[in-house]
Amino acid sequence: MDGTQNGLIKKGYQWLDDRLHINSLVEYMGGKVVPQHSHSIFYYLGGITLFLFIVQVITGILLLMYYRPGADSAYESVKFIVSEVSFGWLIRSIHSWSANLMVLSAFLHMFTVFFTRAYRKPREMTWYTGMGLLALSMTFGFSGYLLPWNELAFFATRVGTGMAGAMPVVGDYLMVIMRGGEEVTGATIGRFFGLHVAILPLMTTGLLALHMIFIQRQGMSEPMHWAGKKQEDKKYMKFFPNFIYRDALVWLIALNILALLAVIFPDGIGVVHWPLGEKADPFGAPPAVIRPEWYFMFAFQALKMLPAHIWFIEGELFGIIVFGIGGLIWILIPLLDRRANENKRSPMIMAFGTFVVLFMVVMTIVGYLVE
Amino acid sequence: MSDNNSRRNFLSWLTGLGSVAFLGSIIYPAYKFLVPPESGEANVSQVKLPFTRSELESEEKKSKTFKFGRTLGLIVLTGEGELKAMSATCTHLDCTVQHRPDLGIIWCSCHNGRYDLDGKNISGPPPKPLEKYLVNEIKGEIFVSKETV
Amino acid sequence: MIKFILIFFGLMLFALNGFGSDNNCLSCHFDFEDEGGSASKFAKDIHSQKGLGCADCHGGDPTLDDMDDVRNSKGFRGVPNHLEVPDFCARCHSDAAYMHDHNPSMPIDQLAKYKTSIHGQRLFSAKDKKVANCVSCHSVHEIGNGQMPYSSTHPSNLPATCAKCHSDKDYMAEYKIPTDQFEKYSSSVHGLALFKRGDLGAPACNDCHGNHGAAPPGVSSLAAVCGVCHALEAELFEKSPHADAFLENDFPMCETCHSNHAIFKPSDNMIGTTESALCTECHAADDGTIGLPTADSILTSLNNLVAAHLNAKQSLDEAILKGMMTTNEEFLLKEVVQSLIQARTLIHSFDMDSVAPKAMEGIAKADTVVLNSAGLIDEYYFRRKGLAVATLIITFLAFMLYRKIRKIEQK
Repeated sequence: MDGTQNGLIKKGYQWLDDRLHINSLVEYMGGKVVPQHSHSIFYYLGGITLFLFIVQVITGILLLMYYRPGADSAYESVKFIVSEVSFGWLIRSIHSWSANLMVLSAFLHMFTVFFTRAYRKPREMTWYTGMGLLALSMTFGFSGYLLPWNELAFFATRVGTGMAGAMPVVGDYLMVIMRGGEEVTGATIGRFFGLHVAILPLMTTGLLALHMIFIQRQGMSEPMHWAGKKQEDKKYMKFFPNFIYRDALVWLIALNILALLAVIFPDGIGVVHWPLGEKADPFGAPPAVIRPEWYFMFAFQALKMLPAHIWFIEGELFGIIVFGIGGLIWILIPLLDRRANENKRSPMIMAFGTFVVLFMVVMTIVGYLVE
Repeated sequence: MSDNNSRRNFLSWLTGLGSVAFLGSIIYPAYKFLVPPESGEANVSQVKLPFTRSELESEEKKSKTFKFGRTLGLIVLTGEGELKAMSATCTHLDCTVQHRPDLGIIWCSCHNGRYDLDGKNISGPPPKPLEKYLVNEIKGEIFVSKETV
Repeated sequence: MIKFILIFFGLMLFALNGFGSDNNCLSCHFDFEDEGGSASKFAKDIHSQKGLGCADCHGGDPTLDDMDDVRNSKGFRGVPNHLEVPDFCARCHSDAAYMHDHNPSMPIDQLAKYKTSIHGQRLFSAKDKKVANCVSCHSVHEIGNGQMPYSSTHPSNLPATCAKCHSDKDYMAEYKIPTDQFEKYSSSVHGLALFKRGDLGAPACNDCHGNHGAAPPGVSSLAAVCGVCHALEAELFEKSPHADAFLENDFPMCETCHSNHAIFKPSDNMIGTTESALCTECHAADDGTIGLPTADSILTSLNNLVAAHLNAKQSLDEAILKGMMTTNEEFLLKEVVQSLIQARTLIHSFDMDSVAPKAMEGIAKADTVVLNSAGLIDEYYFRRKGLAVATLIITFLAFMLYRKIRKIEQK
């Protein structure tokens, strides 16, 4: 049985090669190797993020078969999916869990890349496209959150878009563009929906393709301390098939965890909670506690804690400016960390990174402790 | 050696089976998901009534209640053969109203509240009229929808 | 030149006299009276809003500004005393032609009705100066349209207006009637509905007692009064064996079991054969009627339905707690409550054969809720079992994959 299987594959390969001359490409990719060292485990994070994105696309397309955008139909269609459609509850639950896990995975991936300084030359563009992908996934999360048009989503979106409106100069314009009007209404659903199912997927596909082409072309980044090592002392693993098998194993385990979460905690758990609840009532009283999604919490909490005025600048504005500058520094890290290009340690950059991580973690925790 | 071979064959057969089962456990829910449920689509602002005009005619009170989203609706066959539909929840204290063909009104038995057949409150405690719905008859089926603003 | 000045002054005098003095009364009465006096109140009065002035009621010449001149002027009526007030107001309010010019839809029978009321009879026959007349309830000089929330006769204010006298023990001492009506009414279902919920459909004093023809409803007419809103209960009661029995024994209908002012939400235990039930106050085991057995079986039916409802609610709550979608079942549960309300209404027929089928209907629906909830809970466990199976498959595959990795790396 093995023999005929191999024969079929060989025939298929030959058929393609005759037409597309893929042999040289396949040989090139067959030579790809993955460095083996104490931090190798972090290499899986990018793949997990990719896997979760694929899950999102599949479950998203399925949900699209029944979801109907619009103030009069969005909530009802989600309720329909969860209560009447076969396995609808499962698809929705997986979609919600995978969304949160994907953002978490993206953040972990970014931080491990940062602290191993994999962004240094020649991989700056991979970092830039990665930052773009992070922004896109957070936008995916923000736009998707509104779509069920329930109480939770409505007020969180109102607060979130209101904060965008606090930005200097472009704030008001930006807020109106986001909301599709002065207030959050059915028009907002329309925009967010178009964003969520068309614009963002298109942009993500483009950036993801670039991101992965760069990785395939350049190979995996080696740790900094390998710079002085001799070639024979460096350990590598073949990408095809060894690393692929391991990646598949990790993906299987991730799928299992996702299934467990989706069935045992279909409405989320603790602070990541998304029960369908009541339909949004724009004229109703807001709930006692309005929270953004957890990955926005650190910014939300930090802005809340700022005093009304710092010097002559309004507190919120000051916070936004500081975040803007901090974000810009973070994005341009490959440019700023010249020491890494020379294979030297950059303690200041690492300290900055540590500060950022601690800040985000602490602010997120505080945000949930303080009611 | 052949023992090892047969064990390997068994294991790879088992793995094959496991892979099929795995794919099945993904494809089966997706397939079932795509098959539309009986109600067809979310009953938002329009509902198809699960009975016909003749079934209404055979009702003693010439009226029936039906589920409309989260609320109850009432459809009435008037003396002139017209179909009228409205919310079945009394605007006084939320009791369910009923059609009284003997009086030609919609009546709430809780506190003797009365509405005319267009839902307008005409006597008793109800402070507001009953919400009116639109009725459409297409090919023998009755569709009730909310009046668009 | 002088002619011009004279004419000018003449015109001035004429102007002063002719323009500002339609209601000269106010020019003194406004300045000289205390705070909150008649003149300052009058602007809010409906008569003032309709364009009437002091003289339209009190008579006299409103253009005059000297009190003695006014008193001596033609048609001056002055201030009526307590006993004169009803006729004083009725001068216009019972005049069909006059009222037609001012408010054609307003009734003109207030004085006629008043004369039939207890207040009217005591005022006219016994010359009682303590009893209520028009201004006792409507106030004077700030009479409001009864539909305006600030009016003393607006439904939400009316009970307090009546209570001004009727809750005053000392004032009412000589009349030997109770003075706890307002207190009882305020804590009753009707009082709470009117005062706390603002439900204007709830009866105030006048809805049962009448307003101008105020009198307590008679023994025979009480069912008709309550039956204005509680029509179904009244209809059922009239057809029941109790109707004749109550009439013969002079028991007031409705009030005998439900009281008149202190009407509270009835409990199922009012029916039955125990000491605390109302039935045993008249009925006995050997009284020759089916009274007590009926009471017993009605109570049993109701209790069964209540228990079925509670059971259904509990099983539904469990399904909700497990996160299942339960809208259809919640609907059905509401129908069970509906059956319960209907069964309790049917008590007034005092007929076991009416109550039992309705209760059975409700119990059947409750049973369906229980069945469906069980189905939802089964679905919940089915999902977990499905998960367990999927986990097994995945774990097995993961294990095989792990073995494969080990194998190719051993080479």
